[in-house]
Amino acid sequence: MPRLLAALLAAALSLPAVADTTLLNVSYDVMRDFYKDYNPAFTKHYEQRFREKVTVQQSHGGSSKQARSVIDGLEADVVTMNQSTDIDAIVEKGKQINPGWEKRLPNDSAPFSSLQVLIVRKGNPKGIKDWSDLLKPGVQVVVPNPKTSGNGRYTYLAAWGYALKQPGGNETKAREFVTGLFKNVPVLDSGGRAATTTFMQRNIGDVLVTFENEAEMIAREFGRGGFEVVYPSISIDADLPVAVVDKVVDKKGTRKVAEEYLKYLWSPAGQDIAAQNYLRPRDPKVFAKYAKQFPDVKLFGVNEFGGLQKAQKVHFDDGGVYDQIAASIAKK
Amino acid sequence: MAGASNNVHRSIVTTESRSVRWLLTGLALLFIALFLVVPLASVFYEALRKGFGLYFQALVEPDALSAVKLTLIAALISVPLNLVFGVAAAWAIAKFEFRGKSVLITLIDLPFSVSPVVAGLIYVLMVGAQGWWGPWLIEHDIKIIFAIPGIVLATVFVTFPFVARELIPLMEAQGSEEEQAAMTLGASGWQTFWRVTLPNIKWGLLYGVILANARAMGEFGAVSVVSGHIRGETNTIPLHVEILYNEYNFVGAFACASLLALLALVTLALKSFVEWRAEKQAEAARRDATE
Repeated sequence: MPRLLAALLAAALSLPAVADTTLLNVSYDVMRDFYKDYNPAFTKHYEQRFREKVTVQQSHGGSSKQARSVIDGLEADVVTMNQSTDIDAIVEKGKQINPGWEKRLPNDSAPFSSLQVLIVRKGNPKGIKDWSDLLKPGVQVVVPNPKTSGNGRYTYLAAWGYALKQPGGNETKAREFVTGLFKNVPVLDSGGRAATTTFMQRNIGDVLVTFENEAEMIAREFGRGGFEVVYPSISIDADLPVAVVDKVVDKKGTRKVAEEYLKYLWSPAGQDIAAQNYLRPRDPKVFAKYAKQFPDVKLFGVNEFGGLQKAQKVHFDDGGVYDQIAASIAKK
Repeated sequence: MAGASNNVHRSIVTTESRSVRWLLTGLALLFIALFLVVPLASVFYEALRKGFGLYFQALVEPDALSAVKLTLIAALISVPLNLVFGVAAAWAIAKFEFRGKSVLITLIDLPFSVSPVVAGLIYVLMVGAQGWWGPWLIEHDIKIIFAIPGIVLATVFVTFPFVARELIPLMEAQGSEEEQAAMTLGASGWQTFWRVTLPNIKWGLLYGVILANARAMGEFGAVSVVSGHIRGETNTIPLHVEILYNEYNFVGAFACASLLALLALVTLALKSFVEWRAEKQAEAARRDATE
């Protein structure tokens, strides 16, 4: 019995060492579909170019939770997140990624982006056309919680930016606007997927605010008949950043593969796969090819808020503006 | 338990009318049907909805196979460890008097009262990269959490009490007279254990092992925290089920869930059999005692 156990233990411990080169991509929930298509394309490309076999492993979960796992020692070669603050957290708390990661790749290290859109019931019975319609009395808006979800944060910032850019807009008015919006939110789910379920399956709310690419997911899973996508007059450009985890790749000796893996995201092939999954590609040629599925929307970036990190501090940290707004709504 | 040996024949002693009895029995059956039978049946229904072909395909898919393999590894390591520990602890507690005995009993129960998520986080705090021993482990290139050893550790933790908890009352009820007799007849400690104690507890022991095994294979919370969810590498069957479900792959999710359901059914059958044998053994012990 002890020998059997020892053998089993040895087998268990040696498992990870068997494959040639393995790359672990730690990513967030709704990226499954994209990387399911991208990984085989990349391994094929890498084998053709460098005559080396690579296996890409995936781990998915909520973006901030995944970042926490990397900080706690999950040996990711690359991280692909939905907010730069999650990667910044790894830089600060875990020190596994070197500062300045966002400058190492083009477009602030975000190979594609998405934006917040409004999803309404079939026929748009409440006549929702823009952010301001979400404040109308009797309109119920489903938004994930900005405290726990990047999706919710982008919604909050998009509404704030919209109010700021209206004629005569200022910080006070923007705050009133966002307060009015969150007054119409009946449930705050913890993440984007849960909000989708609330809206589509539990049939709660008149509007769901979520990423453009999640809208496509809804169409694939629930059919295109039940809802309509409304593009607001202006929305926020949600960059989806990626980074090599320096400490891990240097230890494992996988820097070359990891860097190539991320670089290939910007290749025409990688951009094409992104567009197929309704992520807005950076490559103008690819964008032009899929222009029909990406209506033209005026966009502003998080730099309006001095970057996501500053927005996090001002708006979403404990005691920040969002907490104050939530408290003021609860009082009434 | 003493004195209970002669009420084998039971008669219905109720004052309620027949209709009330029927109503209560009916309610109980309805409850069981709604909360146990229907969900169980639905697992198999969903798994087989698109035919046996897809069902088996979902089970032999590499990621599913790796989840099965990892689950078996975790159970094969943690169950024997718990067996050895459980017997040792139960033996010490039931047959000897010592200081701190009640503390030991409480400690053994700890994993029952701690939430599995906390059980997982304990290991993250101890051996995670930012944990107490994290830097040392990284320096020596030893991977514990987000790898197989972490999953085994978490499984050992949550299954810790099963064997000991099963054996302690049994061994206490049996007392230590037989062991003392063996000792006076010149048996060594090992002989006493092997020839006297073990035969007396074997069914109770097996019962504990079955329960520990069921928990080891079905554990979700603690394992989820330390797994890292790497597909095809650190996912056990329950974690794999969750992933497939989140991907809207219902056939795959329910096919893997059906494995766990089957395990539960096998456990139930084994459990009933072992309980029956244990009861017979206990009855024999009582008969011997009264003679």
